[in-house]
Amino acid sequence: MTRQRYDIKSYPGFLQITLLCLFVLYAPLIVVAVYSLNASASIAVWEGFSFRWYVDVFTGPESAKFKTAARNSFVIAIIAASVATAIATLAATAMVRGGKFRLRAWSFGLISLPLMVPEIVTAVATLIFFNSIGFDRGLLTILLAHIAFCIPFAYLPISARMQGIEDSYEQAAQDLYATKRQAFTKILLPLMLPGIISGFLLAFIISLDDFIITNFVKGAGVETLPTAIFGAVKQGIKPNIMAISTMLLGFSVLMVLISYLVSRTDKTS
Amino acid sequence: MAGGATSGGNAVTDTYKEARNWLLLPAWGTLGIMVLAPVLLMLVYSFLTKEFRGGVIWEFSLAAYDQFFFDRGLFGDDPAKIEWTYIAIFWRSIWQAGAATVLSLLIGFPTAYFIATRPEKQRVIWVFLITIPYWVNLLIRTVSMRFLLRDEGPLNSFLMTTGLVDSPIHMINTNFAVQVGLFYSYLPFMVLPIYAAVERYNFTLSEAAADLYANKWITLRHIVLPAVKPGVVAGCILVFVPSLGSFLAPDLLGGAKNFMIGSLIEEQFKGNAGNWPFGAAASMILLTMVLIILVIYARAQARSDKEAG
Repeated sequence: MTRQRYDIKSYPGFLQITLLCLFVLYAPLIVVAVYSLNASASIAVWEGFSFRWYVDVFTGPESAKFKTAARNSFVIAIIAASVATAIATLAATAMVRGGKFRLRAWSFGLISLPLMVPEIVTAVATLIFFNSIGFDRGLLTILLAHIAFCIPFAYLPISARMQGIEDSYEQAAQDLYATKRQAFTKILLPLMLPGIISGFLLAFIISLDDFIITNFVKGAGVETLPTAIFGAVKQGIKPNIMAISTMLLGFSVLMVLISYLVSRTDKTS
Repeated sequence: MAGGATSGGNAVTDTYKEARNWLLLPAWGTLGIMVLAPVLLMLVYSFLTKEFRGGVIWEFSLAAYDQFFFDRGLFGDDPAKIEWTYIAIFWRSIWQAGAATVLSLLIGFPTAYFIATRPEKQRVIWVFLITIPYWVNLLIRTVSMRFLLRDEGPLNSFLMTTGLVDSPIHMINTNFAVQVGLFYSYLPFMVLPIYAAVERYNFTLSEAAADLYANKWITLRHIVLPAVKPGVVAGCILVFVPSLGSFLAPDLLGGAKNFMIGSLIEEQFKGNAGNWPFGAAASMILLTMVLIILVIYARAQARSDKEAG
């Protein structure tokens, strides 16, 4: 492609628009991160650099509330993501290694259902469901709802990875008298690990982030980080909220980095 | 993320054919009980009678849908007129989601195109930069936007210190703020599918067009755009659909005057209005709209797949 008279691929202004795009995506986050380090008790004025709001999150008057909320969030996210990943791994095995069958399309539809139904509709439906069967709202209702909507997010990277793995390894194992169960646990699962980790991390983040469904199915007084932050923001954005947000933001970026590194080792293998 | 392993894999095999029902059972069970059954139950609820403090009385009633579409006066015995309040809220939601989609497309297309035409090693980094914000909590992003756009916020103080404006521009609690918020929430969904489509685009087509004296913009309009259209359509749907039912952006950036469907529904279950059948009916109407969009999309997709052979 060296004989072009001019670069047919590039368009003037596209670089600038891309930079604008990144600016729009990052500017609000950077601004919040910077202002979380503001010494002032007012979010409007800058009074110099300080970690006082980070200290406040852990020891201040609202620290107990935030600690409980954070613990709830992380416990729910870890359990929900683990269960969802296990369910998604089994389902992906059936879908990718189970041949063609009549219920395949329907199964795929069911698995993608949480992605197609608007989140607020799922939230309403789940609330109605728990209410009609007389299930008291609390941590358990949040957990059950999270497991369900995390499944497709875990499923997509897992099934994508499985489609990329030739089944000749499993065939070879079976030729050498491995049972199907052994071929699955000893061959397929280890090969699947990068996909399973990606799926778990995605499900984990999705659970940790969820506000709308949690807000509907949580019991009175039960808070996760997003619902606690939302409640606080309704009273006005305070510096300690910016500190929490920045920490959560940093945590998410860390997760992406891990996921990225996992998928990179994936390519070199 | 999926790591791009979707393409080029081998086809479906049948190694675990015998076990497939057992393998799928947990997924069927969980999603059937926790998503499908609740949605069907919600459909039933939308035809029940409201209980005044939330909840329902198990008596068939069309009152929820009637209240949505018709105004029968204070005592319910006036001749039925069309009730515009809720239709207007839905209309505003469609308009807002549409504006956010157009905005995302205008910024997202050039971005996706630019990234897809970088050398391969650079592409990974650019895509990575676009995906990071998607991983950051949507609530936090929306709160950040609210902080940034406030009258006395950083954006206005920047504009004023640089002398671009004399007094703060009022942005928060406007339609504009909601559109920017939605755009900001879902922009990565626009960029990624378009990026994937442009990456697959065969640039010898552009070369051929250039050889035939088409200028760049004509090439973009008549050669590149039709070729990457599936990616553009997918991106538009991925932005439009979640925008339509969004709650956080209108609630935190739009304020009380810029109500959207999401807030209307939420109010039926949280606030004092507390009309569950009406909330269920509004949710059903939203769900129907989304499903219609998805079905049209799936049909069009199937048709273009057929045409492509």
